[in-house]
Amino acid sequence: MNWMQHLPAFIIAIPLFAAFLTPLIDRINKKARNAFVLIAMAITFILTIILFKEVLEKDIITYVMGAADPTQAIPKQAAVPIRIVLEIDGINAFMALISALISLIGLIFSFAHIEERGGRFYTLFLLMVVGMLGMELTGDLFNLFVFLEIASIASAALIAYEFRRGSTTEAALKYIIISSLSALFVLFAIGLLYGEYDLLNMAAIADAIRTTGLSNIDKIALILFFSAFALKAGSAPMHMWLPDAYGEAPGAISMVLIGVTQASLYALLRICFTIYVDSMHVIFPAIIIILGLISIFIGVTMALIQEDVKRLIAYAAVAEVGYILLAIGVGLYGILNNEVETYARKALQGGLFHIFNDILDIGLLFLVASGIIYITRERNLNKLGGLAHSMKYTSILFLVGLAAVAGLPPMNGFASKIIIYESVYKVSPILSIVAILGSVVMLAIFVKIFHSVFTGPKITEYREVPKLMLASMLILAGLIIFFGLFPDVIINNVVNPAVNALIENTDYISKVMGW
Amino acid sequence: MNGDEEKMTVIVQTIAALLFPITLIFSFYVIMHGHLTPGGGFQGGAIGASAIVLLIVAYGVRNIEKRMKEENLSIFESLGGLIFVVVSIFGIFLATAFLANFLVGKAIFGQIPAWGEAPLNSGGVLPILNIAVGMKVIGGLSAVVMLLALITKEGER
Repeated sequence: MNWMQHLPAFIIAIPLFAAFLTPLIDRINKKARNAFVLIAMAITFILTIILFKEVLEKDIITYVMGAADPTQAIPKQAAVPIRIVLEIDGINAFMALISALISLIGLIFSFAHIEERGGRFYTLFLLMVVGMLGMELTGDLFNLFVFLEIASIASAALIAYEFRRGSTTEAALKYIIISSLSALFVLFAIGLLYGEYDLLNMAAIADAIRTTGLSNIDKIALILFFSAFALKAGSAPMHMWLPDAYGEAPGAISMVLIGVTQASLYALLRICFTIYVDSMHVIFPAIIIILGLISIFIGVTMALIQEDVKRLIAYAAVAEVGYILLAIGVGLYGILNNEVETYARKALQGGLFHIFNDILDIGLLFLVASGIIYITRERNLNKLGGLAHSMKYTSILFLVGLAAVAGLPPMNGFASKIIIYESVYKVSPILSIVAILGSVVMLAIFVKIFHSVFTGPKITEYREVPKLMLASMLILAGLIIFFGLFPDVIINNVVNPAVNALIENTDYISKVMGW
Repeated sequence: MNGDEEKMTVIVQTIAALLFPITLIFSFYVIMHGHLTPGGGFQGGAIGASAIVLLIVAYGVRNIEKRMKEENLSIFESLGGLIFVVVSIFGIFLATAFLANFLVGKAIFGQIPAWGEAPLNSGGVLPILNIAVGMKVIGGLSAVVMLLALITKEGER
């Protein structure tokens, strides 16, 4: 039997299996449960690495659930794909790699502080991972919707995990309402496309839109998809749920939630770059660029006035989403204007690299903030102070995250932001001015936090954060510094396959349709 | 507080006790015939959960909670999910792909008629998957209702 061909199924099946087995093991032994969850997540992460290598070597992988020949997307009796198809090209594998990595790190962090109701916590955690990875691996629109719902419901329950603080319930309620709304938008759009073409497979729909041209129904579906996924990705005018959700989520969940929002961002990329790119009007990338600029502006200005440390970082995360959207919008604009080599490729490189960097930088800051909250039981910036006396390692790690998120040179944030500044400059200098200004304000914000939280006279004696928390932060900091020192290694080996997959969208369609 | 004032009248209790087994049997029927008639794991599971909800309404949530622990319902739910995933993974080992129907042509559940009426033991893994989904929905839905009822009672106190 060829094991490699079943990889995509195992990546979804193993966390799902572990999620349902966790409550049973939890009744027997808590330590065994932690070990089991860790092993399941580690295997998933290793499988995503293997999957990524496979995609690099063998091009696009398809996997058909329940078929006699799982690599054959279209069954013999039919002309179009009818079963559930998982389809993985460079961009899917890239996103799945990020999600699995961040979930593993978040899991290690969670072991340090999740005690009561742990069985439920890890079940929900693994279900959230399933939703995230499923959204990123599937090639079927309805499947995308199902996994979107799984991820949303699991994350809403996780946000409300510390339900004794009343504000978490409010944040979770807001999140679940927003998620259901966007899921309904997605479902309605899928219904429109299904009614028109009798198809659910993304590649097949892309093929159909190519041959018949863009109808009005397709345009309505595009707008619904776009608004739903931009809402879920936390882009600025629709960002109101994000600071609550990120700010109130327990510990590392704030970081893993970035992965969930990035899965929606991936869905947006897939819709724009694979399904609609050939018949898209040029106004559309302009809208994405404007949303990106608004996100940067609102993110940094709102972050300036926050007092809750996690909420502040959450607004910084909105600004980071703005950078990604700005780069993606410019990339799409370049592709539509046939200027791939002049700036579009560069912009997409910067944007996708920034997807990875965003989750590392903001993730590290969230972990440090969660560690501080865990030790001091205090979230208000005005009441914290002098922590560097008792938490040496944490304060150094926070400095790393601060430099990375503000885009200072030796860190990864600089490597991706400089590419974004350079490429968006070719479209309009105003774009890069706003982007650089955003970074400057971001630096000011985080220097302010560093000043108020870590420096100053010692107020109370605290202990250092637990070792497992430090370990997970150290992994992130190590990756940040490595990415910053050797950006070429990452761009050439990890980011470029994803960029190529976005630019050469016909491969994705032809693999399924069998041209 | 002994939970007596939560109970509804004797008439309601008696009717609920009578209806409970019938509803459960109907739920099993819908689940087991999921691959033959309209309905299936989810629908049958919802009917089965409504039987438990009937008991909760008639006898009061705390009286039911003594006999039927919410934790056990959650375990039952997880078992359903586990069966589903394990059967799907068996598709890889015993047949061609994840979720593949590896029981086709075997002694149990093996028959798949080309058209028309089929016996109960047909459909391959579909009945097993329906049972798994049914377990998950019975456990999950009744646990949710029980928890909501318990939390509401906590709030009243």
